[in-house]
Amino acid sequence: MNHRGLDDIWVYLSASPLLGLTITLAAYGLGVRLYRRFGGNPLLNPVVTSVAMLIALLLVTGMPYDDYFEGGQFIHYLLGPATVALAVPLYQQLPRLRQLWFPVALSLIAGVFIAAGSSIGLAWLFGGSTEIQMSLAPKSATAPVAMGISEKIGGLPSLTAVLVVVTGIVGAVLGTRLFAWLGIKDDTVKGVAMGVAAHGIGTARAFQVSPEMGAFSGLAMALSAFATSLVVPWLVSWLQAFL
Amino acid sequence: MAFLNGITLLLVYQLAGEVCVRLAGVPVPGPVLGMVMLFITLVIRGRTPDSVGQASSALLSHLSLLFVPAGVGMMAHFHRIEAEWLPITLSLLLSTVITMAATALIMQASSRWLAGRRNSGQGGRGQ
Repeated sequence: MNHRGLDDIWVYLSASPLLGLTITLAAYGLGVRLYRRFGGNPLLNPVVTSVAMLIALLLVTGMPYDDYFEGGQFIHYLLGPATVALAVPLYQQLPRLRQLWFPVALSLIAGVFIAAGSSIGLAWLFGGSTEIQMSLAPKSATAPVAMGISEKIGGLPSLTAVLVVVTGIVGAVLGTRLFAWLGIKDDTVKGVAMGVAAHGIGTARAFQVSPEMGAFSGLAMALSAFATSLVVPWLVSWLQAFL
Repeated sequence: MAFLNGITLLLVYQLAGEVCVRLAGVPVPGPVLGMVMLFITLVIRGRTPDSVGQASSALLSHLSLLFVPAGVGMMAHFHRIEAEWLPITLSLLLSTVITMAATALIMQASSRWLAGRRNSGQGGRGQ
Protein backbone atom coordinates (compact mmCIF):
# COMPACT_ATOMS: atom_id res chain seq x y z
CA MET A 1 0.00 0.00 0.00
CA ASN A 2 2.71 2.38 1.04
CA HIS A 3 4.87 1.32 -1.91
CA ARG A 4 1.95 1.89 -4.22
CA GLY A 5 1.62 5.44 -2.87
CA LEU A 6 5.26 6.22 -3.56
CA ASP A 7 4.88 4.91 -7.10
CA ASP A 8 1.92 7.21 -7.68
CA ILE A 9 3.88 10.18 -6.38
CA TRP A 10 6.79 9.33 -8.69
CA VAL A 11 4.46 9.01 -11.69
CA TYR A 12 3.08 12.45 -10.91
CA LEU A 13 6.49 14.05 -10.32
CA SER A 14 8.20 12.63 -13.38
CA ALA A 15 5.38 13.84 -15.61
CA SER A 16 5.35 17.40 -14.25
CA PRO A 17 7.91 20.12 -14.98
CA LEU A 18 8.13 20.92 -11.26
CA LEU A 19 10.72 18.22 -10.53
CA GLY A 20 13.09 19.13 -13.38
CA LEU A 21 12.95 22.80 -12.45
CA THR A 22 13.47 22.19 -8.73
CA ILE A 23 16.40 19.78 -9.07
CA THR A 24 18.14 22.12 -11.54
CA LEU A 25 17.99 25.03 -9.08
CA ALA A 26 18.92 22.81 -6.13
CA ALA A 27 21.89 21.24 -7.93
CA TYR A 28 23.13 24.64 -9.07
CA GLY A 29 22.76 26.07 -5.55
CA LEU A 30 24.77 23.16 -4.20
CA GLY A 31 27.34 23.65 -6.97
CA VAL A 32 27.78 27.32 -6.07
CA ARG A 33 28.17 26.45 -2.40
CA LEU A 34 30.82 23.82 -3.22
CA TYR A 35 32.64 26.30 -5.45
CA ARG A 36 32.75 28.94 -2.68
CA ARG A 37 33.67 26.40 -0.04
CA PHE A 38 36.84 25.51 -1.95
CA GLY A 39 37.88 29.11 -2.51
CA GLY A 40 36.67 29.42 -6.09
CA ASN A 41 38.71 26.56 -7.57
CA PRO A 42 37.95 26.83 -11.33
CA LEU A 43 37.76 23.03 -11.62
CA LEU A 44 34.68 23.18 -9.39
CA ASN A 45 32.88 25.53 -11.77
CA PRO A 46 29.20 25.35 -10.69
CA VAL A 47 28.13 24.36 -14.21
CA VAL A 48 30.44 21.29 -14.10
CA THR A 49 29.38 20.11 -10.66
CA SER A 50 25.65 20.75 -11.13
CA VAL A 51 25.55 19.06 -14.57
CA ALA A 52 27.43 16.06 -13.13
CA MET A 53 25.05 15.83 -10.15
CA LEU A 54 21.98 16.06 -12.38
CA ILE A 55 23.21 13.44 -14.87
CA ALA A 56 24.04 11.08 -12.01
CA LEU A 57 20.59 11.66 -10.49
CA LEU A 58 18.79 11.06 -13.79
CA LEU A 59 20.79 7.90 -14.48
CA VAL A 60 20.11 6.53 -11.00
CA THR A 61 16.38 7.24 -11.10
CA GLY A 62 16.06 6.26 -14.78
CA MET A 63 14.35 9.56 -15.60
CA PRO A 64 14.65 10.30 -19.35
CA TYR A 65 16.29 13.59 -20.39
CA ASP A 66 13.15 14.74 -22.21
CA ASP A 67 11.12 14.46 -18.99
CA TYR A 68 13.80 16.40 -17.12
CA PHE A 69 13.86 19.08 -19.81
CA GLU A 70 10.10 19.67 -19.38
CA GLY A 71 11.18 21.56 -16.25
CA GLY A 72 14.69 22.52 -17.33
CA GLN A 73 13.37 24.43 -20.33
CA PHE A 74 12.10 27.26 -18.11
CA ILE A 75 15.67 28.00 -17.10
CA HIS A 76 17.05 27.24 -20.56
CA TYR A 77 14.60 29.70 -22.04
CA LEU A 78 16.02 32.61 -20.00
CA LEU A 79 19.14 32.49 -22.22
CA GLY A 80 17.17 34.67 -24.67
CA PRO A 81 16.44 37.65 -22.37
CA ALA A 82 19.91 37.21 -20.80
CA THR A 83 21.46 37.71 -24.24
CA VAL A 84 19.39 40.90 -24.68
CA ALA A 85 20.47 42.01 -21.18
CA LEU A 86 24.12 42.03 -22.28
CA ALA A 87 23.37 45.38 -23.94
CA VAL A 88 23.48 46.99 -20.46
CA PRO A 89 27.09 46.19 -19.39
CA LEU A 90 28.09 46.84 -22.97
CA TYR A 91 26.55 50.31 -22.86
CA GLN A 92 28.27 51.00 -19.55
CA GLN A 93 31.64 50.26 -21.19
CA LEU A 94 30.92 52.51 -24.19
CA PRO A 95 33.71 55.03 -23.48
CA ARG A 96 36.32 52.21 -23.28
CA LEU A 97 34.84 50.59 -26.36
CA ARG A 98 35.16 53.82 -28.35
CA GLN A 99 38.90 53.88 -27.59
CA LEU A 100 39.43 50.21 -28.32
CA TRP A 101 37.13 49.51 -31.26
CA PHE A 102 39.97 48.73 -33.65
CA PRO A 103 41.80 46.04 -31.57
CA VAL A 104 38.44 44.58 -30.50
CA ALA A 105 37.16 44.30 -34.08
CA LEU A 106 40.42 42.88 -35.42
CA SER A 107 40.90 40.22 -32.73
CA LEU A 108 37.22 39.33 -32.80
CA ILE A 109 37.11 38.65 -36.54
CA ALA A 110 40.37 36.69 -36.38
CA GLY A 111 39.11 34.76 -33.34
CA VAL A 112 35.85 33.74 -35.04
CA PHE A 113 37.73 32.36 -38.07
CA ILE A 114 40.28 30.58 -35.88
CA ALA A 115 37.57 29.05 -33.66
CA ALA A 116 35.61 27.57 -36.58
CA GLY A 117 38.61 26.67 -38.75
CA SER A 118 40.60 25.00 -35.98
CA SER A 119 37.67 22.96 -34.64
CA ILE A 120 36.78 21.62 -38.11
CA GLY A 121 40.45 21.04 -38.99
CA LEU A 122 41.36 19.30 -35.73
CA ALA A 123 38.25 17.08 -35.77
CA TRP A 124 39.07 16.11 -39.37
CA LEU A 125 42.73 15.50 -38.48
CA PHE A 126 41.83 13.11 -35.64
CA GLY A 127 39.37 11.18 -37.81
CA GLY A 128 36.02 12.69 -36.80
CA SER A 129 33.03 12.20 -39.11
CA THR A 130 31.66 15.12 -41.14
CA GLU A 131 28.65 15.26 -38.80
CA ILE A 132 30.96 15.70 -35.80
CA GLN A 133 33.07 18.32 -37.62
CA MET A 134 29.92 20.30 -38.44
CA SER A 135 28.56 19.93 -34.89
CA LEU A 136 31.87 21.28 -33.53
CA ALA A 137 32.26 24.19 -36.00
CA PRO A 138 30.07 26.77 -34.18
CA LYS A 139 31.00 25.58 -30.65
CA SER A 140 32.44 28.92 -29.49
CA ALA A 141 29.21 30.82 -30.20
CA THR A 142 26.48 31.04 -27.58
CA ALA A 143 24.09 28.03 -27.45
CA PRO A 144 21.00 29.29 -29.32
CA VAL A 145 23.16 30.72 -32.13
CA ALA A 146 25.40 27.67 -32.41
CA MET A 147 22.41 25.32 -32.59
CA GLY A 148 20.90 27.27 -35.48
CA ILE A 149 24.21 27.27 -37.39
CA SER A 150 24.79 23.57 -36.73
CA GLU A 151 21.41 22.71 -38.19
CA LYS A 152 22.13 24.78 -41.28
CA ILE A 153 25.51 23.19 -42.07
CA GLY A 154 24.57 19.56 -41.41
CA GLY A 155 25.54 19.04 -37.76
CA LEU A 156 23.38 17.74 -34.90
CA PRO A 157 21.91 20.78 -33.07
CA SER A 158 21.38 19.01 -29.75
CA LEU A 159 24.93 17.62 -29.78
CA THR A 160 26.17 21.12 -30.62
CA ALA A 161 24.36 22.47 -27.53
CA VAL A 162 26.37 20.05 -25.39
CA LEU A 163 29.66 20.83 -27.15
CA VAL A 164 28.96 24.55 -26.65
CA VAL A 165 28.51 24.04 -22.92
CA VAL A 166 31.67 21.91 -22.64
CA THR A 167 33.63 24.50 -24.65
CA GLY A 168 32.43 27.21 -22.28
CA ILE A 169 33.47 25.13 -19.29
CA VAL A 170 36.93 24.45 -20.78
CA GLY A 171 37.36 28.17 -21.45
CA ALA A 172 36.16 29.18 -17.98
CA VAL A 173 38.38 26.61 -16.25
CA LEU A 174 41.57 27.16 -18.29
CA GLY A 175 41.16 30.83 -19.24
CA THR A 176 42.65 32.66 -16.27
CA ARG A 177 45.62 30.24 -16.11
CA LEU A 178 46.24 30.57 -19.84
CA PHE A 179 46.26 34.38 -19.57
CA ALA A 180 48.65 34.28 -16.62
CA TRP A 181 50.94 31.94 -18.55
CA LEU A 182 50.87 34.21 -21.63
CA GLY A 183 51.58 37.22 -19.41
CA ILE A 184 48.33 39.00 -20.32
CA LYS A 185 47.21 41.41 -17.61
CA ASP A 186 44.78 43.76 -19.34
CA ASP A 187 41.19 42.89 -18.35
CA THR A 188 39.78 44.16 -21.66
CA VAL A 189 42.06 41.77 -23.61
CA LYS A 190 41.22 38.84 -21.31
CA GLY A 191 37.52 39.62 -21.59
CA VAL A 192 37.46 39.72 -25.39
CA ALA A 193 39.40 36.45 -25.66
CA MET A 194 37.11 34.79 -23.12
CA GLY A 195 33.94 35.95 -24.87
CA VAL A 196 35.11 34.89 -28.33
CA ALA A 197 36.30 31.43 -27.25
CA ALA A 198 33.94 30.56 -24.38
CA HIS A 199 30.71 32.64 -24.88
CA GLY A 200 28.33 32.94 -21.88
CA ILE A 201 30.00 30.49 -19.50
CA GLY A 202 33.30 32.28 -20.07
CA THR A 203 31.48 35.60 -19.56
CA ALA A 204 30.03 34.38 -16.25
CA ARG A 205 33.59 33.53 -15.16
CA ALA A 206 34.86 36.89 -16.44
CA PHE A 207 32.30 38.79 -14.31
CA GLN A 208 33.81 37.03 -11.27
CA VAL A 209 37.23 38.48 -12.12
CA SER A 210 36.12 42.09 -12.74
CA PRO A 211 33.12 44.00 -14.14
CA GLU A 212 35.35 45.31 -16.93
CA MET A 213 36.44 41.82 -18.02
CA GLY A 214 32.80 40.70 -17.84
CA ALA A 215 31.55 43.57 -19.97
CA PHE A 216 34.17 43.03 -22.67
CA SER A 217 33.55 39.29 -22.58
CA GLY A 218 29.81 39.90 -22.99
CA LEU A 219 30.52 42.29 -25.83
CA ALA A 220 32.81 39.80 -27.56
CA MET A 221 30.31 36.99 -27.02
CA ALA A 222 27.49 39.02 -28.59
CA LEU A 223 29.53 40.29 -31.53
CA SER A 224 31.11 36.90 -32.19
CA ALA A 225 27.66 35.26 -32.14
CA PHE A 226 26.77 37.73 -34.85
CA ALA A 227 30.01 37.13 -36.79
CA THR A 228 29.89 33.33 -36.36
CA SER A 229 26.43 33.14 -37.89
CA LEU A 230 27.76 34.96 -40.96
CA VAL A 231 31.22 33.35 -41.18
CA VAL A 232 30.67 29.64 -40.43
CA PRO A 233 28.16 28.73 -43.20
CA TRP A 234 30.36 30.59 -45.69
CA LEU A 235 33.57 28.92 -44.43
CA VAL A 236 31.97 25.47 -44.60
CA SER A 237 30.75 25.88 -48.18
CA TRP A 238 34.17 27.23 -49.15
CA LEU A 239 35.89 24.21 -47.55
CA GLN A 240 33.50 21.80 -49.26
CA ALA A 241 34.15 23.41 -52.64
CA PHE A 242 37.94 23.25 -52.36
CA LEU A 243 38.64 20.05 -50.43
CA MET B 1 7.79 46.69 -9.92
CA ALA B 2 10.95 48.06 -11.52
CA PHE B 3 12.31 44.52 -11.89
CA LEU B 4 9.12 43.34 -13.56
CA ASN B 5 9.16 46.26 -16.00
CA GLY B 6 12.79 45.51 -16.80
CA ILE B 7 12.13 41.84 -17.57
CA THR B 8 9.16 42.83 -19.71
CA LEU B 9 11.30 45.28 -21.65
CA LEU B 10 14.02 42.63 -22.24
CA LEU B 11 11.37 40.23 -23.54
CA VAL B 12 9.88 42.94 -25.76
CA TYR B 13 13.31 43.53 -27.34
CA GLN B 14 13.83 39.79 -27.77
CA LEU B 15 10.41 39.52 -29.40
CA ALA B 16 11.16 42.46 -31.69
CA GLY B 17 14.48 40.81 -32.58
CA GLU B 18 12.81 37.48 -33.41
CA VAL B 19 10.16 39.20 -35.55
CA CYS B 20 12.72 41.30 -37.47
CA VAL B 21 14.96 38.26 -38.08
CA ARG B 22 12.03 36.38 -39.59
CA LEU B 23 10.77 39.31 -41.62
CA ALA B 24 14.18 40.19 -43.06
CA GLY B 25 15.41 36.59 -43.35
CA VAL B 26 18.82 37.44 -41.83
CA PRO B 27 20.81 34.47 -40.45
CA VAL B 28 21.33 36.17 -37.05
CA PRO B 29 19.48 34.84 -33.97
CA GLY B 30 16.63 36.97 -32.60
CA PRO B 31 18.07 37.61 -29.10
CA VAL B 32 21.35 38.88 -30.62
CA LEU B 33 19.46 41.36 -32.78
CA GLY B 34 17.37 42.29 -29.72
CA MET B 35 20.58 43.03 -27.84
CA VAL B 36 21.83 45.25 -30.66
CA MET B 37 18.52 47.15 -30.67
CA LEU B 38 18.55 47.61 -26.89
CA PHE B 39 22.17 48.82 -27.08
CA ILE B 40 21.22 51.40 -29.74
CA THR B 41 18.26 52.52 -27.59
CA LEU B 42 20.53 53.01 -24.56
CA VAL B 43 23.04 55.00 -26.62
CA ILE B 44 20.25 57.26 -27.94
CA ARG B 45 18.66 57.74 -24.49
CA GLY B 46 22.04 58.31 -22.91
CA ARG B 47 21.37 56.36 -19.70
CA THR B 48 20.23 52.96 -18.41
CA PRO B 49 16.71 53.03 -16.88
CA ASP B 50 16.62 51.53 -13.36
CA SER B 51 14.22 48.78 -14.38
CA VAL B 52 16.42 47.48 -17.19
CA GLY B 53 19.53 47.76 -15.03
CA GLN B 54 17.96 45.68 -12.24
CA ALA B 55 16.60 42.97 -14.53
CA SER B 56 19.83 42.75 -16.48
CA SER B 57 22.07 42.39 -13.43
CA ALA B 58 19.71 39.79 -11.94
CA LEU B 59 19.89 37.67 -15.10
CA LEU B 60 23.61 38.15 -15.74
CA SER B 61 24.70 37.41 -12.17
CA HIS B 62 23.34 33.86 -12.62
CA LEU B 63 24.29 33.46 -16.24
CA SER B 64 25.99 30.09 -15.79
CA LEU B 65 22.83 28.56 -14.25
CA LEU B 66 21.07 29.09 -17.58
CA PHE B 67 23.45 26.65 -19.32
CA VAL B 68 22.82 23.77 -16.93
CA PRO B 69 19.77 22.19 -18.69
CA ALA B 70 21.62 22.15 -22.04
CA GLY B 71 24.68 20.64 -20.33
CA VAL B 72 22.62 17.81 -18.87
CA GLY B 73 21.68 17.07 -22.51
CA MET B 74 25.08 15.40 -22.74
CA MET B 75 23.46 12.21 -21.44
CA ALA B 76 21.29 11.98 -24.56
CA HIS B 77 24.48 11.85 -26.67
CA PHE B 78 26.61 9.45 -24.65
CA HIS B 79 26.72 6.81 -27.42
CA ARG B 80 27.85 9.31 -30.07
CA ILE B 81 30.44 10.91 -27.80
CA GLU B 82 31.71 7.43 -26.88
CA ALA B 83 32.07 6.45 -30.57
CA GLU B 84 34.08 9.55 -31.51
CA TRP B 85 35.49 10.67 -28.18
CA LEU B 86 39.04 11.21 -29.44
CA PRO B 87 38.37 13.75 -32.23
CA ILE B 88 35.68 15.44 -30.10
CA THR B 89 37.89 15.82 -27.02
CA LEU B 90 41.04 16.88 -28.85
CA SER B 91 39.33 19.28 -31.23
CA LEU B 92 37.30 20.86 -28.46
CA LEU B 93 40.20 21.29 -26.02
CA LEU B 94 42.89 22.38 -28.46
CA SER B 95 40.65 24.61 -30.55
CA THR B 96 39.29 26.42 -27.48
CA VAL B 97 42.80 27.04 -26.11
CA ILE B 98 44.16 28.11 -29.53
CA THR B 99 41.22 30.46 -30.11
CA MET B 100 41.54 32.06 -26.69
CA ALA B 101 45.32 32.49 -26.91
CA ALA B 102 45.26 33.80 -30.50
CA THR B 103 42.43 36.27 -29.82
CA ALA B 104 44.18 37.59 -26.71
CA LEU B 105 47.58 37.94 -28.40
CA ILE B 106 46.13 39.64 -31.49
CA MET B 107 44.17 42.11 -29.35
CA GLN B 108 47.16 42.80 -27.10
CA ALA B 109 49.47 43.38 -30.06
CA SER B 110 47.01 45.65 -31.89
CA SER B 111 46.06 47.69 -28.81
CA ARG B 112 49.75 48.24 -28.02
CA TRP B 113 50.34 49.27 -31.60
CA LEU B 114 47.42 51.71 -31.31
CA ALA B 115 48.62 53.06 -27.95
CA GLY B 116 52.12 53.39 -29.38
CA ARG B 117 50.80 55.41 -32.31
CA ARG B 118 48.71 57.64 -30.05
CA ASN B 119 51.58 58.45 -27.69
CA SER B 120 54.34 58.31 -30.29
CA GLY B 121 57.22 60.29 -28.85
CA GLN B 122 56.42 59.19 -25.27
CA GLY B 123 57.47 55.61 -25.95
CA GLY B 124 54.00 54.00 -25.85
CA ARG B 125 51.95 52.84 -22.93
CA GLY B 126 53.91 49.64 -22.28
CA GLN B 127 52.66 47.13 -19.73
